[in-house]
Amino acid sequence: MGYVSVAPVEIERPESSEAPYQVPEPDVPWVTLVHNDPVNLMSYVTYVFQTYFGYSKGKATKLMKDVHYKGRAVVSSGTREEMERDVQAMHGYGLWATMSQDR
Amino acid sequence: MGRRRARAGYFEPVRGGGAAIALDEVEISILRSLTVQLLELIGPGEQPAGDDADPLAALFAEGPTKPPEDPALARLFPDAYEEPADASEFRRFTENDLRARKREDALAMVRKLDAGGPVLKLTADEARQWLGGLNDLRLTIGTRLEVTEDDSDELYRLPDEDPRKPMVMAYLWLGGLQESLVESLLG
Repeated sequence: MGYVSVAPVEIERPESSEAPYQVPEPDVPWVTLVHNDPVNLMSYVTYVFQTYFGYSKGKATKLMKDVHYKGRAVVSSGTREEMERDVQAMHGYGLWATMSQDR
Repeated sequence: MGRRRARAGYFEPVRGGGAAIALDEVEISILRSLTVQLLELIGPGEQPAGDDADPLAALFAEGPTKPPEDPALARLFPDAYEEPADASEFRRFTENDLRARKREDALAMVRKLDAGGPVLKLTADEARQWLGGLNDLRLTIGTRLEVTEDDSDELYRLPDEDPRKPMVMAYLWLGGLQESLVESLLG
């Protein structure tokens, strides 16, 4: 019998660079949220919802009012990639938007 | 969100899309000055390092990972995620593009203003760029003035000698311009 180490075996665990608590759940959709702010005009916010998302004037107006009176509204949902595109577009228009997983 | 404040200086729809507005020399000068200041705030684009610069390098150039410290810039380039690590990663790959878009919108405004008045006629594409540029101007000035949703805000009742007064006037004027441009585009 050859040399046997008594040292505990070091098992290398691959360390994820991702935050450990952020376990992706692929079947749970993501949402884009638009937040209220004191500068953006109501008419402009409605215009953005109609123009970018193609929503009807009625739906765009309702979402705008939700943003204004409730502080924020979910304006779209889908995959993470789709929501990243929507959030970036909202920032392009100057709306304050974030995305999160709809748990 | 801000409410409508009707003031002089209205856009009107143009047949076939787009919009037109008549501005006098002083108005053109003020709008140009504000827009150039916005361009200076947004900063220059990525400049090629030289003739032998790798053209692919710009494609893979990564942006910043932290939100801007300046409050107005932070408003123009907000976090996309509440979770800091995700927000940082998203910003790294998107902020440069977003800056380029806002720069191009503002440049489109300056080009049109330099073409001279009194009537500025915007194509549909130019009108969309102006809408973005006017909104960025209002976000920037609104953040500087710390505007609130309160219509009875003291900002709107400042004495003439208050140093903020000219900027409040500009902010309200820009709101009127933007409102009429939205209405022109929606028809």
